[in-house]
Amino acid sequence: MVNRNLLKEFQKRLGRENVFSEEADRLVYSYDAAVLKPEIPGLVVRPVTSEALSHAVRLCNENGLPLTVRGAGTNLSGGTIPKKGGVVAVTNALNKILEINEEDMYAVVQPGVVTAKFATAVESRGLFYPPDPGSQAVSTLGGNVAENAGGLRGLKYGVTRDYVMGLQFFDVDGELVKTGSRTVKCATGYNLTGLLVGSEGTLGVISEIILKLIPLPVHKRAMMAIFNDISRASETVAAIIAHRIVPATLEFLDNFTIRAVESYSQVGLPVDAAALLLIEVDGHPAQVEEDADKVASLCREMGAAEIRVAKDAAERDKVWEARRSALSALAKMKPTVVLEDATVPRSKIPDMVLAIEEISRRFDLPIGTFGHAGDGNLHPTILTDRRNKEEWKRVEAAIEAIFDKALELGGTLSGEHGIGLAKSCFLEKETSMAAITYSRRIKAALDPKNILNPGKIIGESP
Amino acid sequence: MTSMKALVQLMKELEDQLTVCMRCGMCQAVCPLFAETGREADVARGKLALLEGLMQNMLENPKGVYERLNRCLLCGSCEANCPSGVNVLGIFMKARAILTGYIGLSLAKRAILRGMLAHPQIFDRVTEWASKYQGLFTKPVDELLGTSCARIVSPLIADRHFNPLAPVPFHRVRPSLDTNPGSSGIKVAFFVGCLIDKIFPRTGEAVIEVLQHHGVGIFMPERQACCGIPAISSGDTKTFNQLVHHNLKRFDAHEFDYLVTACATCTATIKKVWPLMVQDYPEEVKAKITKIAENTLDISQFLVLNIGLEKVSFATDDNKIAVSYHDPCHLKKSLGVAVEPRALIQANPCYRFKEMSESDSCCGMGGAFNLHNYEISASIGRRKRDNIVASECSVVATGCPACMIQISDMLSQSGDRIKIRHPIEIYEELIIRP
Repeated sequence: MVNRNLLKEFQKRLGRENVFSEEADRLVYSYDAAVLKPEIPGLVVRPVTSEALSHAVRLCNENGLPLTVRGAGTNLSGGTIPKKGGVVAVTNALNKILEINEEDMYAVVQPGVVTAKFATAVESRGLFYPPDPGSQAVSTLGGNVAENAGGLRGLKYGVTRDYVMGLQFFDVDGELVKTGSRTVKCATGYNLTGLLVGSEGTLGVISEIILKLIPLPVHKRAMMAIFNDISRASETVAAIIAHRIVPATLEFLDNFTIRAVESYSQVGLPVDAAALLLIEVDGHPAQVEEDADKVASLCREMGAAEIRVAKDAAERDKVWEARRSALSALAKMKPTVVLEDATVPRSKIPDMVLAIEEISRRFDLPIGTFGHAGDGNLHPTILTDRRNKEEWKRVEAAIEAIFDKALELGGTLSGEHGIGLAKSCFLEKETSMAAITYSRRIKAALDPKNILNPGKIIGESP
Repeated sequence: MTSMKALVQLMKELEDQLTVCMRCGMCQAVCPLFAETGREADVARGKLALLEGLMQNMLENPKGVYERLNRCLLCGSCEANCPSGVNVLGIFMKARAILTGYIGLSLAKRAILRGMLAHPQIFDRVTEWASKYQGLFTKPVDELLGTSCARIVSPLIADRHFNPLAPVPFHRVRPSLDTNPGSSGIKVAFFVGCLIDKIFPRTGEAVIEVLQHHGVGIFMPERQACCGIPAISSGDTKTFNQLVHHNLKRFDAHEFDYLVTACATCTATIKKVWPLMVQDYPEEVKAKITKIAENTLDISQFLVLNIGLEKVSFATDDNKIAVSYHDPCHLKKSLGVAVEPRALIQANPCYRFKEMSESDSCCGMGGAFNLHNYEISASIGRRKRDNIVASECSVVATGCPACMIQISDMLSQSGDRIKIRHPIEIYEELIIRP
């Protein structure tokens, strides 16, 4: 709990109804979607204007209170777990789409706008905002920017970073910093936008985002390729890319995941298949048809047992329904689900798939693997029960083994979930001590009291 | 009052179910209350975290959890949309019972639930008396919807436009029935439910009319009690048990093939909540409940699945009545019944069916939720009202009398001139056509 005078100051600046200090109201902001220990904040605020958000930042800094900004709290690396006794600022009241500019193809939004609602609003104008993280039905754009969220379309369309043209954010004193612009080109000033994207709330508090929009693809074609050998499937991924075809989505499901999905939703998946590839190409109709044919014949050449091309929108939806329900289906099998996102260069997907199978055997843990094979970002999903201490130790060891393998293959710890608390102790393995020190110097210069989401990414300073 | 330690122990009973929540937060997308407030304590994930916090001794004050747990429409949208399949409603019901045992029922609830609801005869008498004198305090406000409002400033009624108690309750018109199966060869028990009995006897009449038309034998015992939902959602296990036992005795006397109701909430309660809350009952009672629950059906479901609807096509003029349908949460989300009530409406060629958008979003009633949180309830209700109006219907149908009350309030306050009906009444019109 914060002291009474400070509480009054928060209430005065933000409005009494937007400041929560009761025990039960604070406990519900102690966690996010990562499997980590919850920490109860001392105060929760829900600013309803940018000005109120700025006051919240300033008050936290003046009083040395750790501040964690939270959108929908769907973070998978603990980025939104607050410091014990710190302040949580919830952005979901700052949820206005301020502008959708069709002529210049950009939009300006507040940080609390829900990703899927934004995507729908944009599509109704014939435009397209491609980043589609798994939590898009609830996740906020502010959170997406802070985490550099990805999704199913990374392969062709990139990730959140590729769509952020500019930002307004509050520095630690609550002063407004403007960076980037509404123009396609912008060579003005430091690229602070680049610095803030993926900074997980450690360098500033985002208040406005300018997002790039692109034309909505007019034609799509989806198909499912069935393999009796897991390596053939993963080699096909590499082969498609090597043939200079860039599908919009190129997803992989292993046998464990296929069986889980089928027993959960009976969509007619081949339960004996070793692996499935779900592929969609989009763009100009002529090109789409040509690419689809090429992909299908490539799959056949690579040894696919069967290829099912969706004939219409309904069949297409069915293909994606299978993919969308993968995590749900796995989640229903065990109480605890650990969803990893270690990522490798896409040509290394076959090696990574084999390594995960080996890790599953070595640590005697059920691991379902699915994910964005086309961009090298698999989601090995470990099924466990966090109450089983002995098994949990094996889970932690398996996670480390997955990280080691990804790094050995020239990959990265996180494709799209961020480092947060969960992976900060592994950061040196991928980067270097100098990289961490360099990052800590930036952090110390911009946030001398270390109040902006302390402990995330670069850990606590020694 | 039990000790905090004992409370923690009782909460452990829920541990296995609580652990299933992986905190993914997908419930935020569908919770009608969260859509209004944006507060984590209002959405299922937050409430489940509070219960887990209580179980793990992370909280000093269980009352804070109790208050937040009660701030819920129990619409089940979260459960229907939960990727991990958390048994949200089951957990909430049990937790409410456990926490009420610890904190105690409020005096008002004690008076209403234990003093009145638990005793069907007293309840009937009080409401009949109230029906005679309600005109002193209330006045009619919308003749199309049949709503009333307060004559004088009343904190209880506030700005509500409510459906008054019927002049003559259903049980006075039809105290009991016991007829043999006709052409259908099927006999059903008809569970009337409080709201149909006391506010919408017309709906009850329509059910009887339709069942008789289809040659269905009807067993309708007198002095039926409430299904128990107001009691158990207030955590009052004692009254709930009393009501379940009372009803079991009434409905035990005869053989019947199915038990039907025209109230979404009664159906969901008998079918899902009765079996859920009976772990301490003797085995033979449990068996009876399981059997009744298995054979309980919404009236539309019964007619479509077991009887087959009347297929009538006659020339109608161009002035078909535009009708839309609101999915009660207790029918669609709890029981997956959505096609059948629409089929009932569409069977009548005098109507033109128009689907409204967000037809399955909650109307905001939530039983006692409306009494305690009228402002939020009305705000959710206005969104429903806007969708109804946008569908350009002149009649809106729904299979739940509680939804009918809420929607009437919203339509009446906005002066929309849209009628509210139960689907069975629209189907009945087809049958009693001259």
